[in-house]
Amino acid sequence: MTPLVSIEGLSVAFNGVPVLRGVDLALGKGEALGLVGESGSGKSVTWLAALGLLPRHAKVSGSVRLDGRELLGAPASELDQVRGGRVAMIFQDPASALNPVLTIRKQLCEALALHRNLSGEAIKAEALRLLNLVGIPDAGRRLSAYPHEFSGGQVQRIMIAMAVAGNPDLLIADEPTTALDATIQAQILELLSTIRREMSMALVLISHDLGVVAENCDRVAVMYAGRIVEQAPSNQLFADPVHPYAQGLIGALPPLDGPRRRLTAIPGTVPDPAHMPSGCAFAPRCTLAAEPCALAAPPLAPIAEDRVVACIRAEASRHALLGIAAE
Amino acid sequence: MGRYFAIRIGRAALTIVLVVTFAFVVLRLSGDPALMILGPEAPPEVLAAFRKAWGLDDPIWLQYLDYFGAIAKGELGRSMRDGRPAIELVLERIPATLALTLPAFFLKVALGVPAGIYAALHRGSGVDRAVMMTAVAGFTVPSFVLALLLVLVFAVQLGWLPSGGQESWRHAILPITTLSLGGAAVLARFTRSAMLEVLGQPYIRTASAKGVPWRKVVTSHALPNAAIPTVTILGFMVGTLIAGAVVVESVFAWPGVGRLLVVAVANRDLAVVQCILLLVAMTMVSSNLIVDFLYGFLDPRLRAKGAHA
Repeated sequence: MTPLVSIEGLSVAFNGVPVLRGVDLALGKGEALGLVGESGSGKSVTWLAALGLLPRHAKVSGSVRLDGRELLGAPASELDQVRGGRVAMIFQDPASALNPVLTIRKQLCEALALHRNLSGEAIKAEALRLLNLVGIPDAGRRLSAYPHEFSGGQVQRIMIAMAVAGNPDLLIADEPTTALDATIQAQILELLSTIRREMSMALVLISHDLGVVAENCDRVAVMYAGRIVEQAPSNQLFADPVHPYAQGLIGALPPLDGPRRRLTAIPGTVPDPAHMPSGCAFAPRCTLAAEPCALAAPPLAPIAEDRVVACIRAEASRHALLGIAAE
Repeated sequence: MGRYFAIRIGRAALTIVLVVTFAFVVLRLSGDPALMILGPEAPPEVLAAFRKAWGLDDPIWLQYLDYFGAIAKGELGRSMRDGRPAIELVLERIPATLALTLPAFFLKVALGVPAGIYAALHRGSGVDRAVMMTAVAGFTVPSFVLALLLVLVFAVQLGWLPSGGQESWRHAILPITTLSLGGAAVLARFTRSAMLEVLGQPYIRTASAKGVPWRKVVTSHALPNAAIPTVTILGFMVGTLIAGAVVVESVFAWPGVGRLLVVAVANRDLAVVQCILLLVAMTMVSSNLIVDFLYGFLDPRLRAKGAHA
């Protein structure tokens, strides 16, 4: 089966500084993939690059295929069909993501006209249905309101309505709840997973919140310094992380049950993209680093069914983790 | 909304009163109209009679009250030089001034706005750099320098156009060019930076992400937002339509309001100066009011604020 989206060797550089250094990622139809990592690790850039949404001075190379068709370098008219029609995206800060001088109706109907060939009464009815779908009360009257007349959570709901207006096969949610209150966060995530089920749509959830990802995604990819370092089914990654960075991320989470323990922090900081260490980018912060780690960046290698990891010390790392668990 | 504009209009009226008061006081402190108009050789009794006839001997507060009393009756005073009503003198000059400033205004908009938009959309390109360099030159060079430069090239060297006067439409070309170039430069810079600011906003990325073609992203998402700051500078330019050509009219010997103002100030022809300043203040203030109104029209956020203010 060909995957819905397959990304191979995707690299991005801004003014000669590499921020994405060969990302390989595949996504099946209807699948929910979580993308985690610190800010600056390239989670958003991966998808902005895939959709051609980066500023012109960004140098993008590699390959991004949607149903086998190459998106990088595709003509603008083709990309316009893909964006919103096949792959939709919602962003972190809902307050500034909608155009402040246009009504909600205008912005919703624009997407409907572009991807669904609707017009007249039909378009209005569909806009109304979408607002009801995402749970905006009094949708009929609110259609003619402007973005500033809604709360942050409501604007994010409208963004979701707008994103699914074109019946996309994939929705990329870029930190969709980071700017929202904790109670609203849960509602928005709930809404996303309901809509995903109803529309049998694939979802990429970009987040630095591991809990959010664990709850909502089938599979998780961990990014570090512009590469994917580990990819695994969610339950396996959280139970048994292999890459030392993934271990570090999960070790920094407080456990809900069991005895209280000291949370472990990852020593050091993310490397400056302009001065990447040779070899594995995580080696300078890694307690298991050995001499060969500094020689070459380790490729993603399979370690089990459905699991890949980019670490030459994967075995040792696994032992170390089991050792800690045994103590 | 109503209250929002009531406050604005009240403030506008206060501005006009302040401008007129300031002009009134400064003019009376800065020289004796009797000496200026009759000359220093005039016999003292003639000077005294002149001062008495125009009420210049009265204390300044009394003159001020008289002045406002007259305005209330719709009288703006008479010119001390030829005794004609000041308003008549000013009004007959306005068509000549508008003949320069109106075409110049449209040229500024027609050149400056598209140049700024184009530069912003092609940021860092050769065209962008050229537009910006021209713009910096355009608003750092004072208009009299530009005017003299144009005269030097097109009137003196090439002999294509007349250097001054008002005999035919050809006489208007150089003054209009002088006025438009500087304004177009200012407008291009403003439009460019407004556009760049807007193009960097997340909602532009949202529009692209939902598949709106770039051309439409620019016209229906970016331009309406960039229009808001640009309208401010346009409003200012409308405000200068009446008296924005003082220097240019003087250089090109164009008989408009600007030149009348220069002559009237030199002669301390009080009523005429005050009349012009009143008119200028009124155009400035009303163009500001129009801008405020347009803001409400262009930006729904301000509309909401106005409703609660």
